[in-house]
Amino acid sequence: MKLTQTLTAVATAGMLSLLMSSAASAVTLNMMNGSEPGSIDPHQASGDWENRIIGDYLEGLMAEDANAEAIPGQAESYEISEDGLVYTFKLRDGVQWSDGTPVTAGDFVFAFQRLFNPATASDYAYLQFPIKNGSEIAEGAITDFNELGVKAIDDKTVEITLEGPTPFFLQALTHYTAYPVPKHVIDKVGDQWTQVGNIVSNGPYTPTEWTPGSYIKSVKSETYWDAANVQIDEVNYFVQDDLAAALSRYRAGEYDILVDIPSDQAEWIKTNLPGQDYFAPFLGVYYYVINQEKQPFDNVEVRKALSMAINRDVIGPDVLGTGEVPAYGWVPPGTANYEGVEPYQPEWIGLSYEERVAEAKTIMEGLGYTASSPLTLQLKYNTNDNHQRIAVAIASMWEQIGVKAELFNSETAVHYDALRAGDFEVGRAGWLLDYSDPSNTLDLLRQGIAQDGATNWGNNYGRYSNDEFEALVDQATTEQDLAARAKLLGDAEKIAMDEVGAIPIYWYIAQNVVSPKVTGFVSNASDIHRTRWLSKSE
Amino acid sequence: MFGYVSRRVLSAIPIALIAVTACFFILRLAPGGPFDGERALPPVTLANLRAHYNLDLPLIQQYFLYVGRLLQGDFGPSMVYNDFTVAQMLWIGLPFTLMLGFSAFIIGTIVGLVAGALSAVNQNKLPDYILVMLVMVGLVVPNFLMAAVLQLVFGVYLDWFPAGGWQNGSIAHLVLPVTVLVLPHAGRTARLMRGSMIEVLGTNYIRTAKAKGLGQRLILARHAIKPALLPVVSYLGPGLSYLLTGSLIVEQVFALPGIGKYFISAALNRDYGLVLGTTILYMFIILAVNLLVDIIYAWLDPKVRYH
Amino acid sequence: MAGLTGKDAVLTEYAKKLETLDAPKGRSLTQDATRRLVRNTAAVISIGVVIAIVLFAFVGPYFLPWTYDKIDWSGIRKPPNFEAGHFAGTDQNGRDMLARIMQGTQMSLIVAGVATLVSVIIGVVYGAIAGYFGGKVDAVMMRFVDIMYALPYILFVIILVVIFGRNPVLLFVGIGCLEWLTMARIVRGQTLSIKEREFVEAARASGASSWAIIFRHIVPNLTGPVVIYATLTVPEIILTESFLSYLGLGVQEPQTSLGTLISFGAPVAETLPWMLIGPAVVLVSLLLCLTYIGDGLRDALDPKDR
Repeated sequence: MKLTQTLTAVATAGMLSLLMSSAASAVTLNMMNGSEPGSIDPHQASGDWENRIIGDYLEGLMAEDANAEAIPGQAESYEISEDGLVYTFKLRDGVQWSDGTPVTAGDFVFAFQRLFNPATASDYAYLQFPIKNGSEIAEGAITDFNELGVKAIDDKTVEITLEGPTPFFLQALTHYTAYPVPKHVIDKVGDQWTQVGNIVSNGPYTPTEWTPGSYIKSVKSETYWDAANVQIDEVNYFVQDDLAAALSRYRAGEYDILVDIPSDQAEWIKTNLPGQDYFAPFLGVYYYVINQEKQPFDNVEVRKALSMAINRDVIGPDVLGTGEVPAYGWVPPGTANYEGVEPYQPEWIGLSYEERVAEAKTIMEGLGYTASSPLTLQLKYNTNDNHQRIAVAIASMWEQIGVKAELFNSETAVHYDALRAGDFEVGRAGWLLDYSDPSNTLDLLRQGIAQDGATNWGNNYGRYSNDEFEALVDQATTEQDLAARAKLLGDAEKIAMDEVGAIPIYWYIAQNVVSPKVTGFVSNASDIHRTRWLSKSE
Repeated sequence: MFGYVSRRVLSAIPIALIAVTACFFILRLAPGGPFDGERALPPVTLANLRAHYNLDLPLIQQYFLYVGRLLQGDFGPSMVYNDFTVAQMLWIGLPFTLMLGFSAFIIGTIVGLVAGALSAVNQNKLPDYILVMLVMVGLVVPNFLMAAVLQLVFGVYLDWFPAGGWQNGSIAHLVLPVTVLVLPHAGRTARLMRGSMIEVLGTNYIRTAKAKGLGQRLILARHAIKPALLPVVSYLGPGLSYLLTGSLIVEQVFALPGIGKYFISAALNRDYGLVLGTTILYMFIILAVNLLVDIIYAWLDPKVRYH
Repeated sequence: MAGLTGKDAVLTEYAKKLETLDAPKGRSLTQDATRRLVRNTAAVISIGVVIAIVLFAFVGPYFLPWTYDKIDWSGIRKPPNFEAGHFAGTDQNGRDMLARIMQGTQMSLIVAGVATLVSVIIGVVYGAIAGYFGGKVDAVMMRFVDIMYALPYILFVIILVVIFGRNPVLLFVGIGCLEWLTMARIVRGQTLSIKEREFVEAARASGASSWAIIFRHIVPNLTGPVVIYATLTVPEIILTESFLSYLGLGVQEPQTSLGTLISFGAPVAETLPWMLIGPAVVLVSLLLCLTYIGDGLRDALDPKDR
């Protein structure tokens, strides 16, 4: 009975959408969006595929422009106090949820309290920890949510107080963790609020259909304050894990945008789909972590030899075929608030690859590791074509210096479980910046925090630890002068990289493919492209 | 008849319970957990999450909690897909999986029977060789390869059918995925049909019928087909089960919704609730299909009694 | 519950025939059966091809200039080049495809062999015990087999992979542990009929233990079904392995398997066709031939035609 109902519903929905697409010539953007969204609740989401959907239906105080720079969103204007601690936002007139309820300062206060509420268990709440008492509430140290540094002065005014001056705070507010959520809906239906039928939006689009494993459809919201300038009427975010199939479907005209490409097809795309490849660097570093609690990896010289022996120049262009730029430092080029700092270069940068290998070999021989009695290590990576290729290539490079790497791949969950448990010698990792600021990557190398008798190393899988580095990063958090702060962070980066706290391999490249029908797509360092800036011609 | 069916249904319950139990504990042996993503969660968050899904309780207590809820028809929450419960996911995915599986089943069975019968009638002649060859190829080409090739040829080069997706539920979207599923099923069916048909054609009563001067068509229609169907029918149960469980790759390549796809991502992400939910649903389908096939078999073969 | 190739159905039919004839006719490959098999051209050609593939996989690597894990930095993603010694081109890591196809074929054959062996052993022992002791033991043991049949095979394979990680041999021992059901059923049926025969009675009368009777008198009479079962199981395991490879659950690098090679080759069929064609040809011909041999053996050993 229920089955037939569902089938009928599916069939009806199919016919309706057929009718709709043929009757009104609505402009529909078909976007291949990667994985199935785990959640489109901004406090539960964790991936860029979720961000693409969420950022189209919710809008924070600040929003992203086509270049992903922070611009006023729901707020019309803001003021920052002299000491950089208090931000006061004025909401636009007439901003409302798609059901007609006005968006108020109270929605923002509610959203931030919900974000930090330990019961919400939000993965990314830490991004808003610059807000006063945010981390204390999330950790359960403060239970009175009214102590949070987010206040509604009146219906139209939001006041946010910070722990310390934070130069990237406006950018942080464009992250989905800072988006408002509809209090009036959540009060009524609780966690079910993101389901179609319950969900309301304050951004340019509203989700109207969701078939898990297939797609989410959002249609233009007429109640959005800037609806007049939104060109595309509907967006379909398709779930598509098989990238080769994705490219086939793009070529068949079923997708307008690909957010990722199958490996080995970059050349083909550049040649056969000229002008449609939007391959551009964006803020992220692909790296290997070395477990510094294990012998002999606690020895800086060993880590240095391992790093020197990696020929980064062949990895991007030849092994991957996409042309990723070799990385030697820790902060991606183009990161904001890092002006005046020379990109980090190791002292051996001037050597040719042969010379580097020779030197690395000498180091290893000095420690007793030769081709006949090699240093055996396990190189772990999560299952993926590209990770595998890089691991195979690097294992072969290390062979030259008396290092025998056994490859071991596992699913993402198992891989990161092993990294966090310290159950590895060398492991693959990657980091895409949450916001454009050097602290976002440098934090990856910070010391662990003692907790319940154990040390929690967070994302510092290699357990790199250096007090001087620690002191510099700490000092930078309270430094108000941007140039001085950049200098401190730059010094910290140099210390960590001189000691090879981890081995950076390449800077990520965004690999979008965009149909010529779509205009307004701008490659940017955050690889965020909100649909409201795009338009499409048939 | 009714007694037979109800006995079968009742005996399925302990089977299901044993399987759920095995699955529940085996899954927990696997390394990694549902919250081991690319990024480390703050310990407080992790503790909150574990408490929310009762993962902080002793395993045995979790088990009884789960079974208790299950008996009330509650599959529990999905740990990776936060916006849906497991039951909701299954209800959305099931119609797609069934539609895909059943259309492939019907088409594949018919094609297989016809091909097998034709092959048998022309035994050791050219059409037989060609058909057997085709059947074998259908059998041995891995379905992800077949899917990729069909997608490229018919979806991209020729542009006859959509290369994937199921956005508006049209028949055209079904053609390629169903074809990929049909080929091996038709192959298996044809292989069996050919064998049993050859055997039936060699039996004495067919020889007698021929001797009486009956036309070949009449002999086939009246005497050969029904007995030749017996082994094929007993295969159809498992055959349909393979189609329903085997659709997961097709769902993946063609980006279709369906419980197979949910199962894979759930298993890889250690979404315990969803893995158990899909497994139970599959088991239920397989048991139901087998029961149905047994009833049909009994109807075809009067020698079988309900005991 | 296994049966990507419909093997179970083929075998079940065969076993039914054996039972209805009530005689242990499957006794080894008799002259009669050999003669019939030789008459089956397809099967004979297939045996030749399989032998050629086995030699290719296990002996071939000694004649190649490259090993399967050696990187040729000057030849990444290159089509076949005889001067450089890459007769079937190179992969994205600059490794020789021909060497990798040989290694992959080896791996596929080994895992299939291991899984088949495990399933045959479990199936024979289990079925012989159930059939020989009969009664309650038989009822309980066969009930268990019924339960296993009801489990979704593929799902359990995936769960196994998740637990055993990527140790190929362990994994395929695990898969063998899921595959034995049909074998057990056939063996049980055979045992039921054999144990009533005079020579078993005689052995029992002379004081032989139950185990001795099972292994000395009953098991040797099962050669026919076992051989057929094995030839039909090997292709099935190879297909299962390729299915797992597609999901990224295949063997660990730098080792490879036919399934892994094909799953890497399929997405680049257009741009790097040599990465797909070689492994696909080997896989398809191997599976085709094994299936032909299995069918040929079944016909040759068919008890009804004696």
